[in-house]
Order: sequence, then C-alpha cells, then structure tokens
Amino acid sequence: MSPDTHHETKREPAGNGKPYKVIGTRPIRHDGADKVTGRAIYTSDLQLAGLVHGKILRSPHAHAKIKHIDTSSAEKLPGVFAVVTAKDLPDLRDKVADLGEGRVNLAHLGANVLAHGKALYKGHAVAAVAAINPHVAEEALKLIQVDYEPLPAVTWVLDAMKADAPLLHDDLHTEDMTGQRVSQNPNNASKYLLFEAGDIEQGFQSADLVIEREFKTASVHQGYIEPHVSTAYWNVDGHLTVWTATQGAFTARHQTAELLQIPISQVTVVPCEIGGGFGGKIPVYLEPVAALLSRKSGRPVRMVMSRADVFEGTGPTPGSFVRVKLGAKKDGRIVAAKAWLAYDAGAYPGGMIGPGCMCVFSCYDIPNYKVEGYDVVLNKPKTAAYRAPGATQAAFATEQVVDELAERLKIDPIDLRLKNAAKQGTQRVGWPDYPRIGFIETLEIAKNHPHYKSPLTGKNRGRGVAAGFWFNIGLKSCASAAVNPDGTVTLVEGSTDIGGTRTSIAMQLAETLGIAAEDVHPRVADTDGIGYTDVTGGSRVTFATGMAAYECGLDIRRQMAERAATLWDCEPANVTFDDGTFRCCDHSITFKELAAKLNELGGPVLGRAAVDPAGPTNGFGVSIVDVEVDPDTGKTTVLRYTVFQDAGKAIHPSYVEGQMQGGTAQGIGWALNEEYFYDEQGRMRNASYLDYRMPTALDLPMIEAVIVEVPNPAHPYGVRGVGETPIVAPPAAMANAIYRASGVRMRELPMSPPKVWAAMKEEERRK
Amino acid sequence: MTPLTARHSPPMKSHVTSTINGEQVEFLCENRQSLLEVLRDVLQLTGSKEGCNNGNCGACTVLMDGVPVNSCLVLGVEAQDARIVTIEGIARDGRLHPVQRCFLEDAALQCGICTPGFIVAAKALLDRKPDPSEHEIRFELAGNLCRCTGYDKIVRAVQDAAKAMAK
Repeated sequence: MSPDTHHETKREPAGNGKPYKVIGTRPIRHDGADKVTGRAIYTSDLQLAGLVHGKILRSPHAHAKIKHIDTSSAEKLPGVFAVVTAKDLPDLRDKVADLGEGRVNLAHLGANVLAHGKALYKGHAVAAVAAINPHVAEEALKLIQVDYEPLPAVTWVLDAMKADAPLLHDDLHTEDMTGQRVSQNPNNASKYLLFEAGDIEQGFQSADLVIEREFKTASVHQGYIEPHVSTAYWNVDGHLTVWTATQGAFTARHQTAELLQIPISQVTVVPCEIGGGFGGKIPVYLEPVAALLSRKSGRPVRMVMSRADVFEGTGPTPGSFVRVKLGAKKDGRIVAAKAWLAYDAGAYPGGMIGPGCMCVFSCYDIPNYKVEGYDVVLNKPKTAAYRAPGATQAAFATEQVVDELAERLKIDPIDLRLKNAAKQGTQRVGWPDYPRIGFIETLEIAKNHPHYKSPLTGKNRGRGVAAGFWFNIGLKSCASAAVNPDGTVTLVEGSTDIGGTRTSIAMQLAETLGIAAEDVHPRVADTDGIGYTDVTGGSRVTFATGMAAYECGLDIRRQMAERAATLWDCEPANVTFDDGTFRCCDHSITFKELAAKLNELGGPVLGRAAVDPAGPTNGFGVSIVDVEVDPDTGKTTVLRYTVFQDAGKAIHPSYVEGQMQGGTAQGIGWALNEEYFYDEQGRMRNASYLDYRMPTALDLPMIEAVIVEVPNPAHPYGVRGVGETPIVAPPAAMANAIYRASGVRMRELPMSPPKVWAAMKEEERRK
Repeated sequence: MTPLTARHSPPMKSHVTSTINGEQVEFLCENRQSLLEVLRDVLQLTGSKEGCNNGNCGACTVLMDGVPVNSCLVLGVEAQDARIVTIEGIARDGRLHPVQRCFLEDAALQCGICTPGFIVAAKALLDRKPDPSEHEIRFELAGNLCRCTGYDKIVRAVQDAAKAMAK
C-alpha cells in the first residue's frame, strides 16, 4: 500500500477538523504511581521460589585463543549448582536466522554469548556459574581455570583495515551489497557499501568552493542505568520462561530459541519493566546462558551484570573514521558530496555502517553524490544500536563541513541549510525519495527563535548550529482491547515501555473512542499474551503500535455500533460515532452507557489489530547551542541549549520534550567526554561510571525543547517517531560552537578538555 | 530439587535490629552483604535499585538517620540501631509526597530506574534546604545519574515540589 492510499483509508477521525480531546494533553502516565513509590517490578525485583544466582567469567585478554577450560574445582564448591561453557550450546555452525533485522549468523551470536575457541575482546563471556548467592558464584568463577594463548589485538578501525592487522575471523571476507566477495584474502572488513547518484566529478568541477575534512569518533556506551538482567526457568516439561530486561520480548524469544535450537513455542519471554535501553537491550546476552544454567540446576536462575560487565561485554556504538568532501556554488547551493566511512562493528560483523552511509547526507538535497562505507571487525564488544545508530558519527562530519562552507561563503548557517534542505521528493542515499517531511519548517522555526536572535556576548563564547536526521521505521505491532462494563477499556500491547509509551499508545485509543486517557488501562504483555510485536526501537512505537491502538479502537467502534443498532433496532450502517457518542435517528448513547449494556446486547466486546504500516517516515531536528571554552583548561561549559524537532503530532508533549532533552544530553556527553579508553593491550581502562563519566545534573543547563508539528500523512493522528533524532545533531553543534568560542576545529570525539586545550595551544603556535 | 542448604553451609550471620520506614525490623545478614542486598533480597524492599554497586550512580539512595547514602556502600550490619527510610517509606498515609507528585506531573521520569534514588535524594535536600536554587539542586543531585531525561524535568520537579511544600 502506498503512503498516499494509506493516508486516505486512515484519515478519519483526525480529518474531521475537530480539535483533539486527548492527543496533545499531558495526563499522568499510567505506570507513574508504581514508578515513584518503588513498586514497579523490574527484572531483578522479581522473587521466585528456589531462585539461584548466575555470574559470568570474562576474558581478561582483548584477543586470545582459548586452549582449555577446567571447571571441575568450581563445580565442587559448596553452594554451586551448575557451570556452563560454550560446549553447552548447540553447534550453530553454518546456521543463519532472520531475526527481523536481516539475516543473522547464529554462530557469531552464539559465540558472543559464550566464547567459542577464541576470546575476541576483554570482557568476552567465557563460562558461567549458578550458585546459592552472588558471592558464592563469584568465588566459583575464581576457581575456573582457563588456559589462554594471548594474540595481538586491534581496537582502531583504520588499524584493523591494514593488511598486516591481527585477523579476528579466519574465514571473514569483504562482501559488497549484493553479497559478492570483493576481497582476495580473509580480512577484517566484512562489508563494502557504495551508493552513487549523478556525476560526482562534474559536480565538483562546477563548484566554486570545495572542502574536504576527516573526522574520528571513539566508542561510547548507551549507559542505561539498569544493568542487563535476566531470570530463566527451564521447567520439567521442557518449557522455558525468561523474565528479562529487553526492548523486544519477541526478538528475545526468537534469539533465545534459535541459540538453544528449540521451537519458539517452547519459550515464553516476559518483559519486565526496563531501566533504559537506547538500542543496547535488543541483542541477547544473558537469556540463553541463564536458560542453560537453569536446565542444569533445575532452578530459576537470575543473572545480573555488574557495571563493568555492561561496559566491557555489551554493545557500545561504533568507533568511526569519516571523510567528507562537499562542493558548493557561491550562493551556497551544494552541488556535489562525497563520503568515505569506516565504522567498527566490534568483534563480529554487522555494525551500523548501512545507516551511517544512508544518513551522512540525509538532511540535504544534493544532485551528485558518492558514498562508500566499510563494516570492520576489531577487538571490542560487538556493537549494538545506540539511538539513531550510525547517524551521529556521520552528522559530526557533514554538519561541520557544512558549517565551514557557511563561514567561508559568508552565509548564515541556518540559511545555508535552508538553501539545501531535503524536502518531499528529494532523492536520498539508499532509500526511496522523501515523503512529506518537516525539515524546512524546523529550520525556519529555529531561525526565528529568540535563542537564535539573541546576541551572544562575553569572551571565549560561541554559538553552534547543526541538523540531525533519523528514520522512523514501521514494522509489526499488535494490540487488543476489552471494553469493561464501567466504560473503561483494558488495552494489551506488545511494545516494551522504556519511556512512557504505554501512555502515548493508550491516548491514541482513548482519542479514537472518545474517552479519557485515564479510562484506558494499558498493559504490556508477554510473548504468550499478544501477537508478534517488533522491538521498541527505530522510533516506531508511538507511530506503529499507536496505529494498532487506533485500529483496535475502530474495531471496537464497529462492534459497539452493531450493539447500538440491536438496542435501537436499526441498521448498523446508520449508526454514527462522534465525540464519544453513538447516534442513529433520534437515539443517542454514550460510549460509557453502551459499555454498561453490552452483556444484554450480545456479550463482551474485544477489539484487536495487527499492523505492519506502510508509510514510516522521517524525523528532523536542529540544535542551537551556546558554549564557553576555558582557555586555561580546554573545558567546555554549555550555557544555553535549544533543540527543535518535527514530531508530526506530539501525542503527549511532555514525553516528546523528554525524548528531545534526553537525547540531547546523551549527545552532549558523547561530544564532551564519553569514550572507551583503551590501553596498548586493547583493554578498556575506564569501565565504571566514575571513570566513563556520563553527564550529571551539574554538567548541564536546562534544555529548551521546541516541538514542530508537520503531520505525517501516513499516520491517522500525524505521528512521527521522535526517540532517536535528538542525539544526532548535538556533537556537531557543540563542535561548531567550540570553534566559534575558541578558534579551533575539533574533528575528533570526544572534545575533552585535554584535547581542546592541546588544539588551542597548537593554534597559538601556528599563528 | 536439591534443598538449598544441603550443599552449602553459609557464613555466620549477624542479627541486626533497625528502624526501616518507621517500623522496627529485625533481620539476619552475612557480614559481607550490603544494606542494598539486605533491603532487596532479605527484606524484599526492591524499590531501591542497583545500577552500579560501587556508589557511582545513586539509584540505591536511602536515608540513614536522615542523611542520603548509597545503600550499596553501607553494610547491612551497619544498619544496627539506625533509622532507614527507603523509597517505599516516602509516601505516607496513602498520599504521595510532593516530590513524588511533582515527578509525575512534570514527567520527570522515563524508564524510572533512577527515580527512587532521585526522589529520596530530593526529599533529603528539601528537608534540609526548603528553597534551593537551580544550581543547588543540580549540585545536590549530581550523585544521582539519569540517562533518559537530561535532568531538565527532574530539576523542574524538585523546584515545583519546593514551591508546593512552602504552601
């Protein structure tokens, strides 16, 4: 179905011209009381009879052959119930599975969960123990003897691409986008991507100004405060139940079943409340291991990662090298663009290079471009998605070159972006032409905002601007809803709620039924309680699961209209519904009144919907930031930050603002000091919150969030996803502001005080 | 299923008496167990969260004799004779504390895992300093990490709670 026909069939009731009653208001979230009183049940809060505790032994080496593992002493320790290694996993060689995000090599996924033959990064899981309590489990880990043969390690993407680099996988070859092998010998680059349009040479020849720059970014972590945690119970009948902190109960079920080679129907995944994810809680780490320990011990097994385990053993975002070349006419029109990107994927292939390539020029309408990208393995944890995965690194490069163009051409940086802004119909890298988007509107609102119009005064201060883009994906969502006799509705949906989405989904059902948000009681179901629903990711939940709730509401309305017709002895087709009231001829009855009569009119009403919407769209954001750079220390202080984003239609504006503010804060952390700090042996040396140093309340100012609403025509209420775009622009905006404050162009993340200070000293010497 | 105790003789446990959320509580704990472990695993008060287990994140903040502490850095045996208030003890008589109410009204939480620690720390701040400046709020709450909100709405919720409590 094309977006346009979708639009036509789904237009009512949004198109009736009436203002919304629920959408756009700010009700208290349905799970709020539980979360402010400590009553909400997160995975590690779950108490089960006979529960024992699992811990994982991790490789101290960044790269090593595992010659032998002796677990006999650990098994004999009193209080130990089970010990497992990779030997306990089924043989997954040559097995691939479609896990909803493309085909996944199960041998790689399995070896990441428990190292098989080789440890590929410091922190790689090697063995696991279940014991009566976590302390005994830790004692047991110390009794496991592993005979390692350390190998040379590589942790920087360009080093890993060299001909003499240590090889992680003996059988890894470079493939192009068609799956064709393009390398002579095994190497660390798994994928080569190429996107081209127009005539790049002719484009650069026609340019009046060409700027080419190189950029580097360090690995950063998603940093969710809840560590990975899973509890598994393998029952005597062979049924496996997993309670876990996951962004997608169904993908957790699928991955776990595939790794254990058991049918998915034998696994139930119960998504508990989840303490942050940002993309990092999509892959399984603990679930299959807890399951193996439970099968061996006959007990429910809970596994909680330590914070160091989280840093060293779970997905950071790729470290990257990006080269961007832009050519522009004197009037600011960009006529040619070229990018070369190398993103690390961590220890196993399949990182974020695809979206990196597709996002590098996604804000602009450029007639001639060439984008090349490499996916490269090296001795770091396997990367996982992190909020707009791959886009932030690309924007850090492009948005700085755009800023240089603006400066050299003496054009206002927002005007230059307006001149080149992507709009409906713009052809873009590796994706269909844009549908209706709101980038131009967002830029114009930013340009006219008091922040941009206010003068910035004071020494060592500068203002930076940058734009950011991310996709919204659609994908599959299910919802069902039962009408209660008191006129409320119980909503069951499958999207794990990380940031208040059960409320934004419930509000869409309430709007459709003409009832209050508080009259919908939403619940996130486990994998046996609702139909297949894709992950909470891709900025899709309020869009796609919200659409499921809307369709569920239409289904309820249709059934309720039939009941009203029975009541009034009229034709169902003649019953109308408006403003929470059913009407036919002189009759009228409110939704609540009719709900109370359902048992006399044919029994319960249950609505349901399963959607896989066409018409996913795109989110654009703009950042304006004022900073002050201390010339004596290189420390950057954020003075004022305003973030603008097209949300299509903000269902619950407070939580839309929250996404914008939170993503911005993460982007500031990425910009200023977060990084995986590696020593020469390839070991991360700052695997604690204290040393990794995410932003605290004291590091940030208030972050003003300005919601722009250019409705998405492919959603009944105009929703665009908002979750991911906010992290994309901040590092580039900060770099542009630091340049104007200090005179130095920082082309490497993080822009930490020692690096900025050194760059300022270098600049002084050069002058 | 092998009985839990058959294969394991646990270390000696200490008998501890303390006041938790206004009630006198007795419990047994191993000397190596943290107060956080005791609260969560022995007393089933799971509202205090473990984010790092080394005092970096503040998700396990409780009040110990009125002072906010990271309960992962306090031993269970140190709770002897202490007055402990956890997140479960902040709402009284079936009513939310103004800090809790303002967190809800201002949407100052997303995933909610850091929320108990923030609410306990913010209550302690407002008990001691009823009218803090924005800078004081940011300074006093800098030991509590939030990765979702960017702190903006948390700071506003604490400001609004201060106003509500002044009435």
